[in-house]
Amino acid sequence: MPETPAIEVQNLSKSYSTPAGLLPVLRQVNLRVPTGAFTSIIGPSGSGKSTLFNIIAGLEHPDAGTVLLAGQPATGQRGQVAYMPQRDALLPWRTVLDNAVLATTVQRGDVAAARREARALLPTFGLEGFGESLPAALSGGMRQRAALLRTVMWKQPMMLLDEPFGALDAITRAQLQRWLLTLWDELDRTVLLVTHDVDEAILLSDYVAVLTARPARVALTLTMDLPRPRTYQMITTPAFARLKEQLLAALGDEL
Amino acid sequence: MEYRSQQLDASHVRSNPQHEPEGAHRLSWRHWLGTALPPLLVIAGLLLLWELLVGWLALPDWLLPAPSQIGRTLVERLPILQGHITITLFEALVGLALGFVVGFGLALAIDASGLVRRALYPLLIVSQTIPIVAIAPLLIVGLGFGLLPKIIVVALVTFFPIAVNTVDGLQTADRDTVRLLLAMDASRWQLLRLVRLPAALPSILSGLKVAVTYSVIGAVLAEWIGANQGLGVYIARSLRSFRTDQVFVGALVTSLLTLALFGLVLALERWLTAWKRNTP
Ligand SMILES: Nc1ncnc2c1ncn2[C@@H]1O[C@H](COP(=O)(O)OP(=O)(O)O)[C@@H](O)[C@H]1O
Ligand SMILES: [Mg+2]
Repeated sequence: MPETPAIEVQNLSKSYSTPAGLLPVLRQVNLRVPTGAFTSIIGPSGSGKSTLFNIIAGLEHPDAGTVLLAGQPATGQRGQVAYMPQRDALLPWRTVLDNAVLATTVQRGDVAAARREARALLPTFGLEGFGESLPAALSGGMRQRAALLRTVMWKQPMMLLDEPFGALDAITRAQLQRWLLTLWDELDRTVLLVTHDVDEAILLSDYVAVLTARPARVALTLTMDLPRPRTYQMITTPAFARLKEQLLAALGDEL
Repeated sequence: MEYRSQQLDASHVRSNPQHEPEGAHRLSWRHWLGTALPPLLVIAGLLLLWELLVGWLALPDWLLPAPSQIGRTLVERLPILQGHITITLFEALVGLALGFVVGFGLALAIDASGLVRRALYPLLIVSQTIPIVAIAPLLIVGLGFGLLPKIIVVALVTFFPIAVNTVDGLQTADRDTVRLLLAMDASRWQLLRLVRLPAALPSILSGLKVAVTYSVIGAVLAEWIGANQGLGVYIARSLRSFRTDQVFVGALVTSLLTLALFGLVLALERWLTAWKRNTP
């Protein structure tokens, strides 16, 4: 008897009406995100990955299909998953710490306690000494980590990360991937990550789902049976290469 | 723990976390000089030319007084002017406050409901096409020579730039940030308070800058049409008695009052949108 998945998406379909007519984006998407695991979604750009996230976060309604969160029907319900949009979406007039505790502010929780907790996490997020800085004073990588701190401080058992490193240069991205790897080992949360970087998906994930081009279906779900803790050096191992080959083949059918 | 080695890019930025470089003080001073000096020189040159022309052509004071004569009249009349200034300033500020409250309230109502928008937005624009010189006498006939009709005239000319700029400003909030707040299950009010109003602030302040320049002129115009006190009355009386130098003094004081209020709004803007200066 398998454990209840943290997120389960059943037969999800979604079209947008555009001036050019109906644009089918998702067609019968099925996905299971196991509790406590790190799952990634890769797919061509414009295939509907952000749309899928928006539906899970309750921001959009699907035309058909259901979303289950921890086994409970949650289609169109908001506030149950921590969500990091594709751009960092930091409020430019709030300091790093005030941005970090945004969810607590919205949920009318104990903001002072949340600030103390976020302050203690600043070194872990490479933001020590920047708690009272405005986002404009941060580099791209630091902004992304501040947005991740905000997502972690949201305190949901499930985190959705939409291409968190997509806009960064390759070196910063590699640094943040390694950093996220260590962070996640200690967080004990379910993560669903969207990325267009196959190496990133393999390195970080327990499972990877490949989406087809629009209208998106899940073409393949693959278990990343690499040992943990993961290290960046694994990129050169034959096991890694085999996984990459399978994922690229599934993607290649779509490109 | 392995984080330590991975905090590289924090350390190199930390070497100058404060955004103001050391010479910023001197720099802004020189910058100020660079922007203020050219217009000041132009004004000084024009005044000098004016003074010389009046002397050469031997123009009578009632036709065109020399700047020096206007300066003398200003100093001479200052005690009398003070009462007029106080009245005009009071009307302008109270009218502006009323215009702000009404304009801001209308903007929130228009923003909250598509029905209100469709019903009110066209009326707002029509209200601005009616000449104030037609409305002001009617108000004075109805409400007398006191302060109230002037305050209403000022509110009428100031609410519009506030309302329009607030409505527009509320649309400028970043779409992703709004979605983030919605994903946090934020209420409409929280969305307004945490994201949309702060994002609208620069635009609201632009509206306030326009409104503040209308406010003093609006008050003077309303006084000119019918009042017992105020700079508008002073200008009207001076015109009637051919004291052209006093007319110039009235105009000068009106202009200086407007500039002072404008400066206050600029200071308010600097203070409220300090975060914007560091945003690339
Ligand atoms: N609100 C919308 N209205 C119309 N079309 C949309 C909307 N949101 C997304 N789309 C379209 O849906 C497709 C999938 O978008 P998205 O989910 O953002 O893709 P991805 O994140 O995989 O790059 C794109 O072609 C995009 O233009
Ligand atoms: Mg996307």
